[in-house]
Amino acid sequence: MTINPRLYPLLATIGIFIAAYIVCWIQFPYMLSTRVAGNLLTDNAYLGIVAVGMTLVILSGGIDLSVGSVIAFSGVFIAVLLRETGLHPLVVFVLLLGVTTAFGAAMGGVIHVLGMPAFIVTLAGMFLARGASYMLTIDSVPIQHPFYELLKDAYWLMPGKGRLTLIGIVMLLSVAVGAVVAHRTRFGASVFALGGGERTARLMGVRVGATTVGIYAFSGFMAGVSGIVFSIYTGSGYPLATVGTELTAIAAVVIGGTLLTGGAGYVLGTLFGVLTMGLIQTYIVFDGSLSSWWTKIVIGILLLLFILLQRGLVRATAVRA
Amino acid sequence: MLLSIRNLSKSFPGTLALDDVDFELRAGEVHALLGENGAGKSTLIKCLTGAYRRDSGEIRLEGNPISPASTSEAQELGIGTVYQEVNLLPNLTVAQNLTFGREPRRFGLVDGRAQRKMAQEMLSGYNLDIDVGRDLGAYSVAIQQIVAIARAVALSGKVLILDEPTASLDAAEVRMLFDVVRDLRDQGLGIVFVSHFLDQVFEICDRLTVLRNGRKITTEVVADLDRLTLIEHMLGRELEEATEHEAAQKDPHSRSRPELLRFEGIGRDGVVEPFDMTVHKGEVIGLAGLLGSGRTESAELMFGVRASQGGRTRDADGPVAHGNPREAIQSGFGFAPEDRKTDGIVADLSVRENIILALQAHRGWTRPIPRSEQNRLADEYIAKLDIRTSDAEKAIGDLSGGNQQKVVLARWLAMNPRFLILDEPTRGIDVGAHAEILRLIHEMTGQGMAVLVISSEFDELIAVADRVIVLRDRRHTGELSGSDVTSDAIVREIARDDADPRTQRGAA
Repeated sequence: MTINPRLYPLLATIGIFIAAYIVCWIQFPYMLSTRVAGNLLTDNAYLGIVAVGMTLVILSGGIDLSVGSVIAFSGVFIAVLLRETGLHPLVVFVLLLGVTTAFGAAMGGVIHVLGMPAFIVTLAGMFLARGASYMLTIDSVPIQHPFYELLKDAYWLMPGKGRLTLIGIVMLLSVAVGAVVAHRTRFGASVFALGGGERTARLMGVRVGATTVGIYAFSGFMAGVSGIVFSIYTGSGYPLATVGTELTAIAAVVIGGTLLTGGAGYVLGTLFGVLTMGLIQTYIVFDGSLSSWWTKIVIGILLLLFILLQRGLVRATAVRA
Repeated sequence: MLLSIRNLSKSFPGTLALDDVDFELRAGEVHALLGENGAGKSTLIKCLTGAYRRDSGEIRLEGNPISPASTSEAQELGIGTVYQEVNLLPNLTVAQNLTFGREPRRFGLVDGRAQRKMAQEMLSGYNLDIDVGRDLGAYSVAIQQIVAIARAVALSGKVLILDEPTASLDAAEVRMLFDVVRDLRDQGLGIVFVSHFLDQVFEICDRLTVLRNGRKITTEVVADLDRLTLIEHMLGRELEEATEHEAAQKDPHSRSRPELLRFEGIGRDGVVEPFDMTVHKGEVIGLAGLLGSGRTESAELMFGVRASQGGRTRDADGPVAHGNPREAIQSGFGFAPEDRKTDGIVADLSVRENIILALQAHRGWTRPIPRSEQNRLADEYIAKLDIRTSDAEKAIGDLSGGNQQKVVLARWLAMNPRFLILDEPTRGIDVGAHAEILRLIHEMTGQGMAVLVISSEFDELIAVADRVIVLRDRRHTGELSGSDVTSDAIVREIARDDADPRTQRGAA
C-alpha cells in the first residue's frame, strides 16, 4: 500500500515529535511519564487552542495576527467583569465568546467586503484588541472566584499519577472539533478551496464572503476559548500578556505541516506542532543549564526545516505533473 | 432543440459585444463556436453561464426561457462549462473536486468513503484509472481536464461548454479528450466547442457557428465546409494573408549573408545536447520538433534562462556573453517566451510600462527613460503594431491574447535587438492577428534583425523561415533550407530513424 503524498508533511511532523521524545527519553527517562505528558498538555493548552483557529485561517490562505491581543483582552475582560459585577463566570464566558467571535467575524467581513489583505486587517485588529484591554485596566487583575478555583483544580488522574487537567482536555477537544470542522464538513471543504484559489473556489460554488467571515469568526472564537483557558492557567488578567502569541501559533501551524500559503494541511498536525514546541521547552527545564532562548533557536531551525520540506514537496509534485 | 438563443445583445461601455446573435444547439451534437479574438465568443459563453447578464434577447433551454444569474445557477439549470485553465482545485483530492458542494453526508458530516465511491461512479465511463484519493494536482492537465468535464456533466448534464479545452494538451492527450467528447455526444449531450485549432474543429464538430464583431455570420454543417470558406467567414474578407503564407519569399542564400552570431557547443545535460548554430543578419530561423523535443529549452539556453554547460558564443567583434537574461539583453538578444501569461507580460502593469521594460533593462536602472520618451514609444508602437487598447495606461492583463503578444513584440522592438527569439509567437491568437505577427517578423528582418521562431505549426514555419532546424529527442538533428522547407520534409525529418526506440518514446 502506498502512502498518499498529501500525508507526507503530517507524517514528518509526527515523526519529528516522536524522534524528539525519544531523544528526551534517552537522556531523561522520567520524561516518558504521564506526569510530564499531562504538564505538556496543560502548559500548552492555550497555545494549542488558538493554533487550531489559526490552522483554519492559514488553510484558507489567510492569517490572523489579532489572536495574541484577543487572548490578553479575554483575560482582562473576565477579570474586570468578575471584579466589578456579580456575574457568574459562566455568564462572563458566554459574553466574552460572543465578543471575540463577533470581533473575528467583523475582521472577516472587512477582509471580504473591502478586498483588503488579511495581514493588514488583522494587524489593525491586533492593535484594537490590545488597546481595548488597556482601556479596561492597566494592571494585572487577579481573579478570585470559587468557581475559578474549581476549574483550576479539575483534573483526571491518569495511570502513573499524571494529571490530565480540564484545560488540557479543552485543548484536545478543540483539536478534535477543529479537525472535524476542517476535514469533515462542507465549510471545511470551502476553507481548503479558498486556500487553493479564490477565483476557482468561487466558480466551484463556494460562498466566498460567508466562508471568509466564518473562518475569522472561528479564529476569534478559538482565541476567546484560549483566553478563558489562559485566565484559568494564570489566575489573572493582564493587558500585557501573550504578546507575540499569534506568531508562536503560526509557527506551530507551519511546524504542524500546514502550507503557509494555504490549501493543504491537517489540524492534527498543529497539535503535534504545539507539542513539539512544548517538548523543547520541557527538555530545557529538565536540563536546567540551558538558557530558555534555546527554545527559540530550535523552533527557528524547525520552522526552516519545514519550509524547506514543503518547498521540496511542492517541487516534487510539480516535476511529476 | 436543446438550447436556442434569439436576438441576444450585450454591450459594454464603448462597445457592442454581442449584436442580435442567434445560436442553436441540438442534443447529441458538437457545435463549434468560432471567431477571431473580440468576435464575441467569450461574451456569448459568459451570458450562457450567468457570468454576465444579457441586455436583451432570449435564451431557451429545452423550450423554457432561462436567465441564469450566476455560474452555479446555470449549472443547476443544466449548463456546465470547462475552461482552458482547469477550474478545479489542485490542492483537493480528485474525489473532493468531483463532489464539491454535494458531498455525501452522514450525521451532517462528510462521509469520506461514500465520497470516494461517488467520485468513482462519476468517473466510470471516462476510461480513467486513477486514485480519487490523490490530490488532483498530481495528475496531468489532460486528466484534470477530463475530471473537470466529469464534474460539469454530472452537475449539469444537458449542455457542456468546452472553452479552449485543448490549448495546453499534446496530441495523444487531445485524442483522449476527444474520445470522451464523442462518448458524451453519443449520450445525447449538447456540446459547445470553442477552439482556435481548426483541425480539431474539423475532426470533432458536427456544426459550427461563426461570430464576427459581435454578430453571427453563419451556422454551417462542418462536413459541407472547406477550410478556406471558413477562414473567410471568420475574417470577413477575401483571405489573402493565409494563402500568401505559402508563397512567402524564401532566400535560399540566407546563409551567405554576413554572419551575426555563432553559437558553439551550447547545451546542458538532460536539457539539450550541445549544439552549434550560426545566425546570419536578417534571416529567420525556424525551430521545429515535437512537444518536449527541446525547442523551448534551446531558446532558453541561448537567452541565458538556463545556463549552458560549456560552449561559447562569438560575433564579429569577439565573445558574446549570455549567461543570464540580463547579459543576453546587454548583448542585444530578445526573447518572447511561450507562456505569455506567466513569463511574458506583467499583467498589472500598463501597456506603456510593459513596452519599455526591456529597453529600461538594457539601459540599466541608473538611466531611467524620461516619461515623455516612454509615452512617445508607447504611442508609436501602439500605432505601428495596431495594438487595440483604449490607451497606453490600460493594464495589459485586460487586453486580448493577440494584443498582449503584440505588446511583448513591441517591448523587444523598442530595444531593437540584433537577435530576437520568439517562442510560439502565435499561440492562442486569432487568425487576423496571426497574419499580422508574421508580417511583423518579415518587417523586422528587413531591417537586419535575425529572428528565431519556435512553432509547433509547421505551416507557420514554412511561411516565415528561411531555414528550419529540426529537433528530436533533445538534439538538433537536421536542417532544411530554401525550397526544401516543406511540411512533408519537416515531418520526414522528425520521423527519421524510426527504428531507434528512444525516438519512439520521445514521440509518444
